[in-house]
Amino acid sequence: MKISLTVNGKTMSGEAEGRTLLSTFLREELGLTGTHIGCDTSQCGACTVHVNGKQVKSCTMFVAEADGADVSTIEGMANTDGSLGVIQQAFQDHHGLQCGFCTPGMVMAAASLLEKNPKPSEAEIRHHLEGNICRCTGYHNIVKAIMAASGQEVPAVAAE
Amino acid sequence: MPKDGIGASPKRREDVRFLTGKGRYTDDINLNGQLYVHFLRADVAHATINSIDTSAAEGMPGVAHVFTSKDFEAVGGLPCGWQVTDKHGQPMQEPKHPIIAEGKIRHVGEIVAAVVADTLGNARDAAEAIELDLTELPAVIDMKKAVQDGATKVHDDLTSNLCYDWGFVEENKAAVDEAFEKASHVTTLELVNNRLVANPMEPRVAVGDYAQHDDSSTLYTTSQNPHVIRLLMGAFVLGIPEHKLRVVAPDVGGGFGTKIFHYAEEAFCTFAAKQLRRPVKWTSSRSEAFMSDAHGRDHVSKIQIALDADNNFTALRTETYANMGAYLSTFAPSVPTWLHGTLMAGNYRTPLIYVNVKAVFTNTVPVDAYRGAGRPEATYQLERCVDKCARELGVDPAELRRQNFIKPDQFPYATPVAVEYDTGNYHATLDKALELADVAGFDARAAESKARGKLRGLGISNYIEACGIAPSNLVGQLGARAGLYESATVRVNATGGIVVMTGSHSHGQGHETTFPQVIADMIGIDASQVEIVHGDTANTPMGMGTYGSRSLAVGGSAMFRATEKIINKAKKIAAHLLEASETDIELKDGQFSVSGTDKSVAWGDVTLAAYVPHNYPLDSIEPGLEETAFYDPANFTYPSGTYICEVEVDEGTGKVDVLNFTAADDFGNVVNPMIVEGQVHGGVGQGIGQAMLENCAYDEDGQLLSASYMDYAMPRASDIPMITVDHSCQTPCTHNPLGVKGCGEAGAIGSPPALVNAVLDALNRNGHAVDHIDMPLSPSRVWSAMNS
Repeated sequence: MKISLTVNGKTMSGEAEGRTLLSTFLREELGLTGTHIGCDTSQCGACTVHVNGKQVKSCTMFVAEADGADVSTIEGMANTDGSLGVIQQAFQDHHGLQCGFCTPGMVMAAASLLEKNPKPSEAEIRHHLEGNICRCTGYHNIVKAIMAASGQEVPAVAAE
Repeated sequence: MPKDGIGASPKRREDVRFLTGKGRYTDDINLNGQLYVHFLRADVAHATINSIDTSAAEGMPGVAHVFTSKDFEAVGGLPCGWQVTDKHGQPMQEPKHPIIAEGKIRHVGEIVAAVVADTLGNARDAAEAIELDLTELPAVIDMKKAVQDGATKVHDDLTSNLCYDWGFVEENKAAVDEAFEKASHVTTLELVNNRLVANPMEPRVAVGDYAQHDDSSTLYTTSQNPHVIRLLMGAFVLGIPEHKLRVVAPDVGGGFGTKIFHYAEEAFCTFAAKQLRRPVKWTSSRSEAFMSDAHGRDHVSKIQIALDADNNFTALRTETYANMGAYLSTFAPSVPTWLHGTLMAGNYRTPLIYVNVKAVFTNTVPVDAYRGAGRPEATYQLERCVDKCARELGVDPAELRRQNFIKPDQFPYATPVAVEYDTGNYHATLDKALELADVAGFDARAAESKARGKLRGLGISNYIEACGIAPSNLVGQLGARAGLYESATVRVNATGGIVVMTGSHSHGQGHETTFPQVIADMIGIDASQVEIVHGDTANTPMGMGTYGSRSLAVGGSAMFRATEKIINKAKKIAAHLLEASETDIELKDGQFSVSGTDKSVAWGDVTLAAYVPHNYPLDSIEPGLEETAFYDPANFTYPSGTYICEVEVDEGTGKVDVLNFTAADDFGNVVNPMIVEGQVHGGVGQGIGQAMLENCAYDEDGQLLSASYMDYAMPRASDIPMITVDHSCQTPCTHNPLGVKGCGEAGAIGSPPALVNAVLDALNRNGHAVDHIDMPLSPSRVWSAMNS
């Protein structure tokens, strides 16, 4: 079947089977490989995107269900001039990523949190990241990056 | 001073592509005409394969070929890279490790057949049409039962399930036993180091490609060491000479050891691509990863420490059963032996040590190195036992440790387990950790917890590790079938920019940022002038890759040596341009100057002269500016530190909350503090995972009970506290040019015993006399220990 989506503001379309997941469609059909697949039980959150403004693990959704939807992915998170967006910049400033594999999902989850809760506490950030697993950072600098992206004071990155 | 030299924390340049979705991981690679493989994996642990009927599957839509072991008759098995010699001087038992199961299934997840088709969906559908006729056999899971007489054998052609029985140092055994007879106190502890799965967030992927026009093969793979894969797969499995085989490991999403090893799927995709003349791709699902990635840890140990009447450690002995799984993974035999026994001295002066390790085959996934690899197992035994000893003696656990530390003026220190620590200051990291963790204020915090009905405890652990792996001549004597040097080619371009091609591989460590810092410092140019190339055997010199916290200590040292050669040659060119003696040339801040004069020439002018040699001493120096160095370390490096953890235990439920964690490490010199701290955070996170949550579980039939994130508890953001990290105690390594030690594994080594010690402290302070609880410290285990 033919599927049409608005992805990061652009209309995109491609072919899919009924069993094709949104995550697979984004990667394989649209070539948007920033959305990663880290598990097969919807636990890891590496594939997190926004569908019609809501945070969604794109492996939990058939692309047919998303036909016509407005989807945002990591590829759409930079500023229009190509520079890093506020959350992305905070992740770089605070070393909130190492191997980079969980990072797209973390950034998308963080964006969703900050939209609902512009000044989250540390506990609120950790709670919101319940569905996103990172194996590299121990979450320490991810939490700090999100605090910083929300404009809150955090310690300097090194030798704290 | 150069911008972003040694000691600075520049932002990571690799982050920009990762943060914008532009990373290039192996699964992002799709080749024209690519086929997909789905592996039919064993769902029983032990069985005889009577027949495999693939005829129906062959006829399914889109199927190119269904492979079984028959297709691999002319192909070698997966090689093991380390041969351990047992305590009788005999080589270990080493079974064949086939690409596809030959006649027998030996663990859940073993490849039985492989369907290659035009789409992954078609390959999966066809795999369901394969008919297997199996006769199930009893599974061997428990290590101690596996080595009993009459136990079912995992491999019929071996004499037993014992891979080796290793004694270290065997000649010391009698003296150690005698010291125990004379001891005034002996502490004994039996414990399990739980089986773990490394779980890098990127599952493994392999894409094989074959070019008929020049008979060459290319493998794109999620590897920490592409040259090692090229050598092992080319020379020992598929018989492809290295000049006809290219291995590319592009952006790799974490490794933690489990992406060191050469796996069947890599050889399969390379082989099948040549057979079918089309690229073949495999992307592991997470469920497949749980049953095909090499697992980690899985030791069952008994440790004893003997003390004299003054509480000095006089002897130590251990007996460990180490699970190898069903086959020997690439470096498996070295982990419980040379990466474990040699660290049993820890930070202490214990004069007599004997380590016995029995490595055992079972019907489980192969076990190999996982972050720390042998060193966490050694540290866990030692630091748990020292803590128990302090409780038995009624002394402060920090002071018992301090009393027995190797003293700062005793370095270099030769331990009784065959290694020589070059530098260290264990008193300094202990004092720093006690201060940062505010141990003096603990009693007040414990009282406050108690007022809320919670049991608060504090745990201390020290650690020592051997990093910077490793001196080739030494490991060769110990059974390694590889050298463990590292390489770098430093290519200076005409206009002064530099490209470094390194055999080290970054899969999260940030080499693209830190390696340029070193060169910037040496030459006095901005780090932005330096670019790092890694991960492709076609454009990097032969190198051994990244693991064992070796990249900066060994790979960085190779880069240092190559850059020294560059500087020496550039000085000759500068001397010619300045009409001065070479011995008078100094390099500072990117300027070559003649000592004692104001004559100078810039870095860029010298590099230009090297490539446009019009005014150039062609009779004595070649044009160009490119050098390669191979660095083979003289010794291991020995990072060390003290970790302190505080927990609260809920007496009613057994639930443990990790409240805070303090790490005081001695990594020697530090190139990029930001990245070093991130490495410690991540290591501690994994250690907390091991201590609190993670457990790879098999039932007695060999079924893997924890094969997804629904069953294997990964640490989440709420499970780990903010971590206080300090690396101000620095005793630089004396034998590598950068004075660096390595920081990648420390967190995972030192943290589990600190956490378990904290929980036991909480219990014992509050009237629960509990000696030990095995990890992970789930609420049910803690509650049961309190209520037994």
